[in-house]
Amino acid sequence: MIKKFDKKDEESGSGSNPFQHLEKSAVLQEARIFNETPINPRRCLHILTKIIYLLNQGEHFGTMEATEAFFAMTRLFQSNDQTLRRMCYLTIKEMANISEDVIIVTSSLTKDMTGKEDVYRGPAIRALCRITDTTMLQAIERYMKQAIVDKVPSVSSSALVSSLHMVKMSYDVVKRWVNEAQEAASSDNIMVQYHALGLLYHLRKNDRLAVSKMLNKFTKSGLKSPFAYCMLIRIASKLLEETEAGHDSPLFDFIESCLRNKHEMVVYEAASAIVHMPNCTARELAPAVSVLQLFCSSPKAALRYAAVRTLNKVAMKHPSAVTACNLDLENLITDSNRSIATLAITTLLKTGSESSVDRLMKQISSFVSEISDEFKVVVVQAISALCQKYPRKHSVMMNFLSNMLRDDGGFEYKRAIVDCIISIIEENPESKETGLAHLCEFIEDCEHTVLATKILHLLGKEGPRTPSPSKYIRFIFNRVVLESEAVRAAAVSALAKFGAQNDDLLPSVLVLMQRCMMDSDDEVRDRATFYMNVLQQKQKALNAAYIFNGENTHCAPSLNLRALVELTRLSVSSVPLANTPITEQKTEFAPVATSKLPEKPGPTRQDIYQEQLAAIPEFQGLGSLFKTSEAVQLTEAETEYVVRCVKHTFARHMVFQFDCTNTLNDQLLQKVMVQMEPSEAYEVLHYVPAANLPYSQPGSCYSLVRLPEDDPTAVSCTFSCTLKYLVKDCDPNTGEPDDDGYDDEYVLEDLEVTVADHIQKVLKPNFAAAWDEVGDDFEKEETFALASVRTLDEAVGNIISFLGMQPCERSDKVPENKNSHILFLAGVFRGGHDVLVRSRLALADGVTMQVTVRSSDETVVDIILASVG
Amino acid sequence: MEALEPSLYTVKAVLILDNDGERLYAKYYDDTYPSVKEQKAFEKNIFSKTHRTDSEIALLEGLTVVYKSNIDLFFYVVGSSHENELMLMAVLNCLFDSLSQMLRKNVERRALLENMEGLFLAVDEIVDGGVILESDPQQVVHRVALRGEDVPYSEQTVTQVSTTALVTSLISAYYIVLCGSCAITIFTLYSPET
Repeated sequence: MIKKFDKKDEESGSGSNPFQHLEKSAVLQEARIFNETPINPRRCLHILTKIIYLLNQGEHFGTMEATEAFFAMTRLFQSNDQTLRRMCYLTIKEMANISEDVIIVTSSLTKDMTGKEDVYRGPAIRALCRITDTTMLQAIERYMKQAIVDKVPSVSSSALVSSLHMVKMSYDVVKRWVNEAQEAASSDNIMVQYHALGLLYHLRKNDRLAVSKMLNKFTKSGLKSPFAYCMLIRIASKLLEETEAGHDSPLFDFIESCLRNKHEMVVYEAASAIVHMPNCTARELAPAVSVLQLFCSSPKAALRYAAVRTLNKVAMKHPSAVTACNLDLENLITDSNRSIATLAITTLLKTGSESSVDRLMKQISSFVSEISDEFKVVVVQAISALCQKYPRKHSVMMNFLSNMLRDDGGFEYKRAIVDCIISIIEENPESKETGLAHLCEFIEDCEHTVLATKILHLLGKEGPRTPSPSKYIRFIFNRVVLESEAVRAAAVSALAKFGAQNDDLLPSVLVLMQRCMMDSDDEVRDRATFYMNVLQQKQKALNAAYIFNGENTHCAPSLNLRALVELTRLSVSSVPLANTPITEQKTEFAPVATSKLPEKPGPTRQDIYQEQLAAIPEFQGLGSLFKTSEAVQLTEAETEYVVRCVKHTFARHMVFQFDCTNTLNDQLLQKVMVQMEPSEAYEVLHYVPAANLPYSQPGSCYSLVRLPEDDPTAVSCTFSCTLKYLVKDCDPNTGEPDDDGYDDEYVLEDLEVTVADHIQKVLKPNFAAAWDEVGDDFEKEETFALASVRTLDEAVGNIISFLGMQPCERSDKVPENKNSHILFLAGVFRGGHDVLVRSRLALADGVTMQVTVRSSDETVVDIILASVG
Repeated sequence: MEALEPSLYTVKAVLILDNDGERLYAKYYDDTYPSVKEQKAFEKNIFSKTHRTDSEIALLEGLTVVYKSNIDLFFYVVGSSHENELMLMAVLNCLFDSLSQMLRKNVERRALLENMEGLFLAVDEIVDGGVILESDPQQVVHRVALRGEDVPYSEQTVTQVSTTALVTSLISAYYIVLCGSCAITIFTLYSPET
C-alpha cells in the first residue's frame, strides 16, 4: 500500500519535492531580495533554506558567489525573526570555509551571545567559534569563560563543545578555561556535565596524574549523565591499560560497579571495557558476561547486536566463559537481523561442541548471501579457528568454504577464504587434494592478482608432491595463456617446480616452458628462460638451489631475478663443458644463494650496523658483517650506568658494540671503554673507546676480538667485562665539567658468546630438497637425553633458541597429544657453510633427542654436535 | 588492544534518504568520506543493504550504522565500529522523536521537505561537529522553537499570508495615489506650454 502511494507521489511530478530542480545560479539570483527593505522574513528564510539544501547536496559554491551571498545574508541580522536568525547562524557555519571575510559577523554574533534572548545565545556561540581564529580568540576569551559557567544549559554546553573544537587550534588559550570547565562539571544538567568532562579530559590527557585525580573525584562524587559515565569508563580503562595496574585497582572496581548502573548504555560500556582489557581472568569476566547474556534477550536490536558482538570477542580468548550463554545465543541464530544471527552462530562455533558444528554450518549457509562482506569475513575467521580445534571436521568446512568462494564478494572476503583454505591444507595433509582442487577452480575465474599468484605459489609448492601432479598442470598453464603479467610469471615458477620434482612430467613442462619463452612480458620470458636452463641440466642440486629454495617468493623483485638469470646463464652453461663434479661447483653457488636470501627491500637492522661499523677505521678489512645478535643487557635497568651489548660476527672476528648511557646528571664520563677478559683462546685485539659520555646521551664503544683459528670448535666463550672511564664532576644544571677528573671502573655482568652467534637463520621452504642437496658427505648423528625438559614444546623452543637456526616446514609447531616430533632447522654457519639439522624428539620420562646434522663442511657438523652435548 | 581513545567525538554522519535512496539530508562530521562522490557511494551502499530489512543496526565498511525507517524516509546515524552502539541509538531516537514532534507525528517525505529549515536546526541542536549536543527530544524541540508559539503550521501561514496581503495592498494603494498625484503635478507643470 505504501508502495502505491509513492508511485502516485512520483507521478505528481517534482511538486512533491520543492527542492528537486533547484539551480544554484537561480537561488543566488533570488538571494538579492536580502537587500530589500523592509526585510521579508518568510521569503528570506526560504531562500536560506534553499542555499543550505544545495550545500547539503554537495553543490560546489565558488568563493566569489559564496562571499557575495554571505555578505547579502549579513543584512538579515536586522530582522528579529527567530527562525531567520537561527538560519543565519547555520549559513555562517556552512559557509565559514568557502566564503571570504566571514569574520565581519563577529560583532553581531558577540552581541547575540551575550544578549537576553536565550534561544540565540547557544547557537551564536557555536557559530562564532566556527569563524574565530587564534588571534581573534583572545578578544572573545572573556565571553567564553562567562558562557561556560552560564546557568542556561544550552549556552554552557555550546560553549564547552565549541571550546573542545578549538583545542586543536589553540590549546594554550583554551587551557586557561580549565577552572570554568571544572565548575561546569558540577552542573545539574546531564549534557553540560558530559561536555565539561570531555573538555577537561582533552585538556589534561597528557598529564596522567591530573587525569587520575579527576577520575578519583568524579567516581566518588557520582554523576548523573549516562554519557558522562561512558566517558569516565573509557578514561578509566585507558588509564588502567597505561599504568598496567592490576585488576585490584580502585579504577577496576569503579568499572565493575558500573555494571549495576541503571542505564543500559553505561552497563554495556562497562561490560565492553572489561572484555577488552588485556589479561582478564575468567572470574573477572564473569559479571560482564552475565550482563551481556541478559542483553541477548532484549527487545532492542541494537542492544542484542552490541551484546552478541562483544560476546563474540570474549569467545575468541575465553570460549569457556561464554559457554553459559549458549542457550541465549541459540535463540539468536534465527534473529531477523542477519548481523546478529551471524555473530551468534560464529560465537557458538567457538564455544559449542563438535557435534553442533554441522547443524550450525547448515543454518549459516541458509543466509550467508544476505549478510555484508564484513560479517562474511567474521564467519570465515570462525571457521578457520574451528578447523584448528576440530581437525576432523575439515571436509564439512572445506565444502562450505568452496561454496563461499564461488559466491560474489570483495577482495578482503576472498582473501580470508583463501587464507583459511591454505591453513587447512597445511594443518591436515588429508585435506590437501580437495583443497587444492577448490583453489584451482577458483583461479580459473579470479580477478584478484594477489590471490592468483598466492595460489599458484602454493600449487607449485604442494602440487608436485601429490599422487597425481599432472592434473594441476592444466590449471597452471591456463593462467599462462589467459592472465596478466604478474600471474603469468607466478605460473611459470609453479610449472618449473613440477618439472623439477616429477621426472615423467619434465618433458611436457619443458615444452610448455618453450612456449612461455615467447611471452610478451620481460619478466615472464626471463623466468621461463632461466628455469628452462636450470631444468635442462637435470641436476638435483641446481633444482634445489634455484627452483625450490633459491627464489622463495611469488612476487620476487624482478631485478633480482634478472640478475640471477644473467649469472646462471654463464655458469650453468659452463657446467657440462667443464664436467666438474657437483660438489665442487656447489661451493661456488652456495655464497650466491645465501647472500641473496637475507636480501629484503630497504635497509635492515643489520645493514644499518654494517654501515656504522664500516665508518670506524679499526674495523676495516674484517669483511662483510655476517650476523648481528639481539642486544644483551649487561646492567640492571635502574643503575648509574646502563650498558647493553650487541654482538657482530664477521668471518674471523667478532666486534662487541657496547651502548652505554650515563644516568648521573652530575658526571661527565670520558674515554669510556669496556675491558674484556676472555675465558677461552679468544684474543682481544683492539678497544675503541667512546670519547665523551654526557648525561643521558647514549654513546658506543667497541671491542674487536679475534676468533681462535687453530681451534675452530671453540665457538662459545665467556667474557668478564669491566667498564673503565675517566669521571669529571659537573654542574647538574649547566653541564659544565670540572677540569680535573679521576679514573674509575664499574663491574658489568658476564657476556656469553654461544654457538647461535655463529649461525645465521635461513628459511628453506623445501627442507627435503635442501637436505638432499647438501648430501650425506658430512653427516653425523647422536642421541641425547634431555632430562630436565618436560614437554616437546619446551624442547623444541630450547633447541631453536640455543642453535639460533630457522625452523622449516612449520616444524616448530608440535601437534597436540603427540609424543614424538621431528624438528627441521636450517642455517648458514660463519664462513658460508650451509648447515641443516634434523632432530627427532620422543617424549618418555624426559625428552630423548636424536640429532642428525648435515653440512657442506665437516668442522661445522662437529661444532654443532659438540655444542649440543 | 584497539582501546578507544576517550573522546566526545561520537557521530561520524547523520543521513536521511528517501525511499529511492536519494539524499534528502546528509551531514558528515569527519573525513571518513571526504568527497561528495565517496559520500554518495557510501549512501548507495548503506541504502542497498538496509532498505529491505526492518532491523535497526548493521556494520558497513567498518562503521556501525544504526537506522530507522518510517513510511518513505530512512534515518541513519553512523559511528566508528568501536563506538557504543547505544549512544548512536540515543542520537537516532532523539532525531526521530524531535522530528516527529515538529511534524506532528507526520514523519514522511513531503512534510519533511516542507520543513527543511526545522530539520536543519534540529540536527544542529542534536550534534555539533560530531559531539552529541543534546539527546532529549523535548529540549531539542524547545530550542529549535520553530515559529516560537504552538500555532499549527497551516493556520499560521494563512494568517500571515493574509496580513502580508493586506499590507501589500495598502502599500500599493498608497503608491497608486502617490503616482496619481505626481502625474497630476507633471501634467499641471507642462500644460501651460502646450
